Amino acid sequence: MSEVCAKAPAAGMKEDTADTLYRRRRRPAESLLLGTIYGAAFISVMLLVGIIGYVFIKGIRVVNFEFLTGVTSALKGTVGIAGNFVNTLYIIVITLLIATPVGVGGAIYLNEYAKPGRLVNLIEFTTETLSGIPSVIFGLFGYVFFGMLGLDYSLLRGALTLSLMVLPLIVRNTQEALRTVPDSYRSGALGMGATKWYMIRTILLPSAKSGILTGVILAVGRIVGESAALLFTAGSARLLPKLGGSLLTNLERLGEKTLQSGGTLTIELYLQMQNGKYETAFGIGCVLIIIVLIINLLLKLVTGEFRRA
Amino acid sequence: MKTQTVDFGTIMGSKRNKAVVENVAQAIFTVCASFAILAVASITLYMIISGTPAIFKVGLKEILFGTAWEPTAAQPRYGILYVILTSIVGTALAILIGVPVGILTAVFLAEVADKRVAKIVKPAVELLAGIPSVIYGLLGIYLINPLMYKLELLIFADSETHQFTGGANLLSAVLVLAVMILPTVINISETSIRAVHPGIKAASLALGASHVQTIFKSILPAAKSGIVTAVVLGVGRAIGEAMAITLVSGSSVNMPLPFNSVRFLTTAIVSEMSYSEGTHRQMLFTIGLVLFVFIMVINIVLNGILKKGAQADE
Repeated sequence: MSEVCAKAPAAGMKEDTADTLYRRRRRPAESLLLGTIYGAAFISVMLLVGIIGYVFIKGIRVVNFEFLTGVTSALKGTVGIAGNFVNTLYIIVITLLIATPVGVGGAIYLNEYAKPGRLVNLIEFTTETLSGIPSVIFGLFGYVFFGMLGLDYSLLRGALTLSLMVLPLIVRNTQEALRTVPDSYRSGALGMGATKWYMIRTILLPSAKSGILTGVILAVGRIVGESAALLFTAGSARLLPKLGGSLLTNLERLGEKTLQSGGTLTIELYLQMQNGKYETAFGIGCVLIIIVLIINLLLKLVTGEFRRA
Repeated sequence: MKTQTVDFGTIMGSKRNKAVVENVAQAIFTVCASFAILAVASITLYMIISGTPAIFKVGLKEILFGTAWEPTAAQPRYGILYVILTSIVGTALAILIGVPVGILTAVFLAEVADKRVAKIVKPAVELLAGIPSVIYGLLGIYLINPLMYKLELLIFADSETHQFTGGANLLSAVLVLAVMILPTVINISETSIRAVHPGIKAASLALGASHVQTIFKSILPAAKSGIVTAVVLGVGRAIGEAMAITLVSGSSVNMPLPFNSVRFLTTAIVSEMSYSEGTHRQMLFTIGLVLFVFIMVINIVLNGILKKGAQADE
């Protein structure tokens, strides 16, 4: 009897009205579709496993102590990526120092102060736009704009350019985190006589901590993988900062480095690939993939905590 | 410094100081938030400022409809029609390959796979999104190009007019791009499929539709706006990608035919920036401006879709 009820045609499926459970036939088209779904998922997973596995296996042979701690020099015939690694760190640190406060501040404004209206719409739209602009454009802009401000190819110029690029990531994630803080926290703090800034500083920001951290880690991932925007702004030098002597001169040299040209790991990979040195390129690729894996793991840890809280 | 700010927060702190701190804080946050506006405004401004001089020198018609790109010749010519077409055709082909695979994978993750499998596949897809684009380029040049070269030798064995590219052609670049847009398409489609109200699925199944029918006739149409968003973002990613395809796509400006060596808007900039000067360099900025216009159009379309989606949700 129950089968009779199922006879009613489903909404939006006019062409299938004849296809009832009474006359249930095999549907080859359906198995085919299901097969395609499995096939597509299989392709996606195989691509990933293939890409990571291939780069890892091909690259790990090149990676050794000398490769990680040396500097590439045609003169000495050595191949090493320590200089590029240091450059990458420089860019990560400077970019985050600029983008994190601005991004978190912007998110606080959007979530805590702003009233819905034109300004908020404009900010939301431009933030969205900023995350959609391709890195070549950021590169061209950084080249012209910061070049005009008197910066030559330098790590600082690269980092300034990248801070515009990662800004949306930090704003979005902070906003998301602030939204999950219950309103009772806010009214509780304000009700006890705290000022708004005090409430933000002592209640909101600590509660939104892991969301902010998520944005920062995502930003690090983006910076590590970035290349086009840096090619026109930070250049491609691969030297390590020359250290030695007193602490003060060392600090000075480390500081000077921000104004010198420097290529990150991805830039070095690109240059090696351009010159047909695929072995070294795969070695760098292997290091990059390990870094990306670590970043993903960190992200899992942080967001895991995020969900539990 | 620190103790002072703590004082401001307590009830004991003086009222006037509190008000000052409050206002300063609000002002700082407002400035921070305006940074995005400032950034987009200055990028737009500087792209226009540096992209237009060449237009006046060479002429808009010559640039947009000229097919000869000979920037270093004695009589330089700066036609970028083929470059623009390559970007459009290449992106369209990449979308044609990447989007179906991406959406079906999203369906698999959200509807078909059991939870344990999805738990492994999902992070894998996220990882795919984090891989630097130069690595995709490296694999493209190392794996896809030789394959393409073999195919090329096979197809054009008897052709006398074909210029052999060694496998660095439009098709290679399209394959790389198709893989690169996968994570974007999968993640956003999956989210939107999962966001479909469970009642829609339940109603469809209760009316006797099979699972596959339910997926394709009830769930996917309900997730339409999210899937369109995914496609548009995929287009944005594909048209803006540079480093992955610079070396994979070849090095000369040609009509976007599958086995031609081609230049995209992005790769034209990257590969010539280092040695260009004068009008040639200004032209590269004009190419940047064209790319920027494309991206802005995509963004505005996207914004429209998102707004419509938000209205539909209400």
